[in-house]
Amino acid sequence: MKPLDPRLLRRARAARLFLLASIVLGVASGALVIVQAVLLAHGIAGVVLRGSGVTAVAWGLAAVVAGRALLVWAQEVVAQRAAAAVKSTLRRQVLEHALKLGPVRLSGERSSALTTLLTKGLDDLDPYFARYLPQLVLASTVPAGVIGWMATGDLLAAGTVLVTLPLIPIFMTLIGWAARAHSRHRQHALAILAHHFADVTGGMTTLKLFGRAKAQTAAVQQVTDRYRIASLGTLRLAFLSSLVLDLLASLSVALVAIGVGLRLVDGKLGLETALVVLILAPEAYLPLRQLGMQFHASADGVAASEEALRVLETAVPNWGDRRDVPDLRCTALSLYDVTVTYPGRDAPALNGFDLELRPGEIVALTGPSGSGKSTVLAAILGLVAIESGGVVAGGSGAAEFEPRVWRRQFAWVPQHPSLRDGSVAANVRLGRPDASDDEVLTSLDAAGARELSPAQRVGERGALLSGGQRRRVALARALITDAAVLLLDEPTAGLDCETEAEVIAGLRGAGRTVLLVAHRPAWIAAADRVVELGRSANEYRELSVS
Amino acid sequence: MSLSSIVLPDRRAAGWLLVALTSGVLASGSSVALLATSAWLISAAAAQPPVLVLMVAIVAVRAFGIGRGLFRYVQRLAGHDAAYRLLARTRARMTDRLEELAPVGLDLRRGDLLARLLLDVDCVLDLWLRVVLPVVVAAVTATATVALIGALQPVIGVQVGFAVLVACIMVPWLTAATARHAERSIAKGRGEVAARASESLQSAADLVAFGAVDDVICAFADADVRLAAAERRSAWSAGLGNALLVLCVGGATVSGLVVGSRSHLAGPTLAVLVLTPLALLDVLGEIPLAAQIAARVRGSLDRLREVLAAPRPATGPASPHALPRDRSLRVHGLRAGYGDGPDVLQVGDIDVPEGGRVLITGPSGSGKSTLAAVLLRLLDPRAGEVNLGGFDLTQLDSEKVRSAIGLLTQDCYVFDTSIRENLLLACPDASDLQLWNALHRARLGDFVERLPRQLGTMVGEHGARLSGGERQRLAFARLLLARHDVLILDEPTEHLDEETARALLMDLFGAAGSRTVVLLTHRPELVPYPLPQIVRLSRRTQC
Repeated sequence: MKPLDPRLLRRARAARLFLLASIVLGVASGALVIVQAVLLAHGIAGVVLRGSGVTAVAWGLAAVVAGRALLVWAQEVVAQRAAAAVKSTLRRQVLEHALKLGPVRLSGERSSALTTLLTKGLDDLDPYFARYLPQLVLASTVPAGVIGWMATGDLLAAGTVLVTLPLIPIFMTLIGWAARAHSRHRQHALAILAHHFADVTGGMTTLKLFGRAKAQTAAVQQVTDRYRIASLGTLRLAFLSSLVLDLLASLSVALVAIGVGLRLVDGKLGLETALVVLILAPEAYLPLRQLGMQFHASADGVAASEEALRVLETAVPNWGDRRDVPDLRCTALSLYDVTVTYPGRDAPALNGFDLELRPGEIVALTGPSGSGKSTVLAAILGLVAIESGGVVAGGSGAAEFEPRVWRRQFAWVPQHPSLRDGSVAANVRLGRPDASDDEVLTSLDAAGARELSPAQRVGERGALLSGGQRRRVALARALITDAAVLLLDEPTAGLDCETEAEVIAGLRGAGRTVLLVAHRPAWIAAADRVVELGRSANEYRELSVS
Repeated sequence: MSLSSIVLPDRRAAGWLLVALTSGVLASGSSVALLATSAWLISAAAAQPPVLVLMVAIVAVRAFGIGRGLFRYVQRLAGHDAAYRLLARTRARMTDRLEELAPVGLDLRRGDLLARLLLDVDCVLDLWLRVVLPVVVAAVTATATVALIGALQPVIGVQVGFAVLVACIMVPWLTAATARHAERSIAKGRGEVAARASESLQSAADLVAFGAVDDVICAFADADVRLAAAERRSAWSAGLGNALLVLCVGGATVSGLVVGSRSHLAGPTLAVLVLTPLALLDVLGEIPLAAQIAARVRGSLDRLREVLAAPRPATGPASPHALPRDRSLRVHGLRAGYGDGPDVLQVGDIDVPEGGRVLITGPSGSGKSTLAAVLLRLLDPRAGEVNLGGFDLTQLDSEKVRSAIGLLTQDCYVFDTSIRENLLLACPDASDLQLWNALHRARLGDFVERLPRQLGTMVGEHGARLSGGERQRLAFARLLLARHDVLILDEPTEHLDEETARALLMDLFGAAGSRTVVLLTHRPELVPYPLPQIVRLSRRTQC
């Protein structure tokens, strides 16, 4: 793990400012540590050697202590505020980029994992900013100041520290490697473990129904135990390096103390200097030792920020920026030789598919489930990556255009539409945000959703509506747009025949181009053409319906 | 099950915890002793005594230097071992508890609830490793140090003792109070950000297709700005505990110097008395962080307690009857509901002979799924009874009932593993031949045969790599393998398109063979042929 990822500094201005403030505060606390040591030594030596009073020294010390407390507080305030700003920047950038990557990449990323990253994951950056980074600054400022000061009093002691101190960064690097491996391993194991536990709890009802739930208790314990053994193996290594670090630091302090003591006996050194050296020696090692400890605490946050940066650095699909999309009201849309393979699947979902969609046509796609009907719609919208072949309008490939402008030509009713918590009207207006109340009502009517009131709440992910109602709201959402082409995936499942006939008549009257996935005879009869996809999607044939 | 039974250590873990605790105290003690003996050594050396006088101190300084590192190492290893042992046990016990509650007592379909629960269970690690161990180690070491200083000079002992008390009581209180305050003001913002993030990521396809991504990002940015503002506001109170700690230890040092200078102590004693408290900063330093974590752990424990206290939706008899041979079902005057809520199911008489076919229909909300839950002993009836072969279901062992009666629902859970493993769940010792047989009877065999890895194909999270119809057929194949005599089909075709739904229902009835089939649906028009017995449920009353 890099102590400080430069990419993070580039991405977030707050991180740069914070680093600057941390350095100022770190230098100030280093100075106060030295002043405190000098005053303490002066006070003790004064009493022991001269029997002098300590009032002035005590006031000075009190001021130093107050100053140190103030710096500790300020450091934390600055750190928390910086963490808040950096997290906020990353959250927004990641969400925006993830949505730009598109739904297909998202499903690969597992949208729930990304949600966790945006919330809990990035919150792990708090200890990184609040503890690790300030400590990093202290570790690079305080030892230098302390050694410098010690050198003015006792060169030999300063030399001892100077020789042993560089050993610590060497071990730090070793710890770093071990901790990095450990953190990676732990992250991986934790993810597997959490996924297993989540899968077991999520499917608990199914396990119970098959009488297998009790067996899972043992499995959960076993998996966790296996994780414990594996993780203790790596911990032993990680802790071993911090053991060496600890030993090095405390033995060096002991060596300095003994050396100073012996030189005192020989009369080569004054008590006051000796005391300063004694008080300062541990202070030279302390920041580095604590850095080692904070390292573990902040590893999760760093892993999260790396994950965030990884998402941010994933290239977005290649789209052009042409805005002159041909008007599909008067231009035909064609798919030629389109092949789509979903990530993780060996066989293509759609293989060498051709289709021409002429303006004003109603074309029905039929075929058994899994034959790639929905994929045709997704390919037209550019929601899936097309492996070969292309979607073409007016002699230009869809990928040449700015994606938003391209998609404006289409309105889509997916097989499982996602609704957002809010009113029915708000969901319908996703199609056209400036639609009037009357237009919302008309489109609900046209979608056969007369029974739904625009003000009705749909609940989280449309939970308050039935599956059929959700689909009708989605249909209304598509009908309200002024898109040239409607892409409908089973638009009227769950409607009675009469309403269905009205919906079809409405579409016919509007003269829009429609490409729909359909099984119901009413739609197949109403279509100008029926395209049947084969099960394997390798062969399909076009049936002409007279 | 009580909370203490799932978070308190068993004997094995308690042993390791004790080892961790002892070595922790020895490590911190060495750290204090290192500074104390060094201080004595140096001030004694100033009087230029023969070197031999200093030898003991020199050896002690080295020993403490080595001891600190070694003891800390042991503490860390033993502590982690104990904590992970505890985690394994807590997870296992929670799994047990969820088994009792599922599905009626706890809505496991809610992803956020599950995720929350998962994190709450993991808090056991923090409770022991980052709260209990460091606090106890710090308290014991600090007390011992105060006793040592008090023995040398009582007044300074009292002063340092006071500083330690403040550090052990005021500092955690202040830290916890500010953390709680911050948590309260931030929690709402976090929830909002999480809700917006998950909503926009889950409906990403719709949003992208409708060009609504910008609006969503704006809404997310609003929530994000509110969260960041709350976090910035709460930053002012962060670090107060740490600052107070520095004041306490520094104050003890200064007052030690003042009192010590006036009490005519020997030089070495004075140095020990003034400098030893400095080492306490290192020892007490873990307390503020522990207090902060404690506040979070407490929240998690409260939520676990709630889950543990939830009543069992179905209770079994102390001495259950043996399962009767006869598989005829009889429902009589049944009423059922959830928790303290109203009855959601009222049904008069239904008689289902062995091998019979019954269609139970009614609008959503008429209690169809509740009836299924009662039939499968997932929920106790409030009144009336269900008889299986003449015996009241509640007098039979629930697991045995579920070995005779099987259920297919609209959202059957498919595990993130291979097709084979998903099937073996129903019948762990089934051969591949039997698996293929079941797949073919569920009309999924041809599809699986064409997959390159066949039975070894991974189905993805929640079966995401299968279509809705394929997922239901896989669940049905699994049900066929389990050899139930009675099949309850609860809206098995809800999420499917009409053609797929009809075809699936046709195949379900065909493959059920001589088994009893109870089909619960609000779309009877999809049933391919008329069934001999039809029961209509209406909302809360039977027709």
